[in-house]
Amino acid sequence: MRAKSLAGITIKYVSLILGVVAAILPILIVFFAAFKTGTEYTTTGPLTPPEDWTNFENFKRAFTEGNMLTGFKNTVIILLVSIFGTTIIGSMVAFVLNRFKFKGSKLILGAFLLATLIPGVTTQVATFQIVNFLGLFNTIWAAVILYLGTDIIAIYIFLQFMNSISVSLDESAMLDGASYFTIYRKIILPLLTPAIVTVIIVKGINVYNDFYTPYLYMPKTELHVISTALFKFKGPYGSEWEVICAGIMLAIIPTFIAFTSLQKYIYNGLTSGSVK
Amino acid sequence: MFSKLSYRTQRRIIIVSFLIIPLALLGTFSFLPVANMFWYSFTDWNGFSEKEFLGLENYKTVFTDPEYFRVFTVSLYYFVGTFVQMGLALYFATILSFKVRFKNFFKGVIFFPYLLNGVAIGFMFLLFFQPDGGLDTVFKLLGMGDMTTHWLGNPDVINISLAGTSIWRYMGFNFIIFLGAISSIPGDIYEAAEIDGANRWHQFRYIILPSIKIIVSLNLILAISGALSAFEIPYIMTGGSNGSATFVIQTVDTAFKYGKIGLASAMAVILLIIVIIVTAVQRKFFSEEE
Repeated sequence: MRAKSLAGITIKYVSLILGVVAAILPILIVFFAAFKTGTEYTTTGPLTPPEDWTNFENFKRAFTEGNMLTGFKNTVIILLVSIFGTTIIGSMVAFVLNRFKFKGSKLILGAFLLATLIPGVTTQVATFQIVNFLGLFNTIWAAVILYLGTDIIAIYIFLQFMNSISVSLDESAMLDGASYFTIYRKIILPLLTPAIVTVIIVKGINVYNDFYTPYLYMPKTELHVISTALFKFKGPYGSEWEVICAGIMLAIIPTFIAFTSLQKYIYNGLTSGSVK
Repeated sequence: MFSKLSYRTQRRIIIVSFLIIPLALLGTFSFLPVANMFWYSFTDWNGFSEKEFLGLENYKTVFTDPEYFRVFTVSLYYFVGTFVQMGLALYFATILSFKVRFKNFFKGVIFFPYLLNGVAIGFMFLLFFQPDGGLDTVFKLLGMGDMTTHWLGNPDVINISLAGTSIWRYMGFNFIIFLGAISSIPGDIYEAAEIDGANRWHQFRYIILPSIKIIVSLNLILAISGALSAFEIPYIMTGGSNGSATFVIQTVDTAFKYGKIGLASAMAVILLIIVIIVTAVQRKFFSEEE
């Protein structure tokens, strides 16, 4: 019995350590390479740490020549606008559909839920024509409006959460003469805070990491986001992997900081944000 | 500001004003593209020309021209990868839901790759798979140096390398969902089972698995539609060269590189229908379970 549980414990920890190595190794190699000089990169093995940990030359080049600064700026703008917009739109729809039963309300709810079934990447062929027709191609609004218009998951999260907000709160506010708008603004919206945190996290991950929307709709250099700015490294720096690695690290660092500081919220957000 | 109006009038105003913009967005960017896509798929449109009605010609091309149909076999790699991904996620979620030292560290590290930017992951693995890169070095350290190959150059291996990258990227998501589902099982059930002499395997087989069956099957089916629409990893890493083009890469190239919007729409419609069928099966399965 004793030997058996010892073997069990060994298997458990060995497999966990293997999992950790598999998760970290590709990142670690990039991390090492980002600090190496050009010759050092070609002469040393990938698992050899860099000689000089203070060699920030590659980062400097990735940041300035590689257009990463523009990428960060655009990503932040798009993130802020689309998170704000999604929160407003999602909470408005959830408020109306949850609190009022009217002719067609079931139909509207069904339409929003049906849209979650459409995988975004398949319809780009036709979406492109619409974005182009509206004159949004190669403007920052292309990404913003697509993130607002095709992301139904936020509505879903808010709708689920609205069920737990008691209608009696609305009713007592109405006795005090509050308008429906005041109820939404002063009672519902503040109570939705946990759901808003979930939406911010799910949306934030999706927008920061999205590649095909900016790639298809905003090819202009000034409109590059993190993903597309980094993608551009492939051609000109094809032989200078140490610069590409610095670019990769620059894209990862914000994610790492967000993860270590918001860990608990991210786990909860994803667990409750996934379709249950 | 509306408080002077009667609640009936207010109600009407708020319903209309709160829904009009979201509905306009929903119609314009979710349903109109689908409708247009069906319409384009019956024409020879190239984006500029007059649209000429072709009937089912485009669909015939997709199903008979091996150049277009072959790419479905590439999906099989991602499809198989899905099962590996689920198995790993389930394994790690199970062992981390029991007592483990450094639990939060293991949990964090195994989950972290899911949060990373897709382009960063693609480049990271381009480097990892290079000759004398990370993977080759690991093989040599383990004394398996002869087994190395051009991971992204060898057409027999390239899709396995890419599907592997995809597993690396998405496994953490399933893992965290499963972990959440397992943690909602009340702890005293395990204690009771232990008194009855159940070992860890019994506990997994008879307690954990039945309670998270629904979420596992749901994730599995979601991952299957994911496998069919695999795009980012192969597009970023290889651009679809060397036999690694997936159905979506082929569709995007047909539309935006070769300007065959009509044909590409037919391909997209086919994919959409497959994904909807898979989802419908899932929903049916899901509601029957309940």
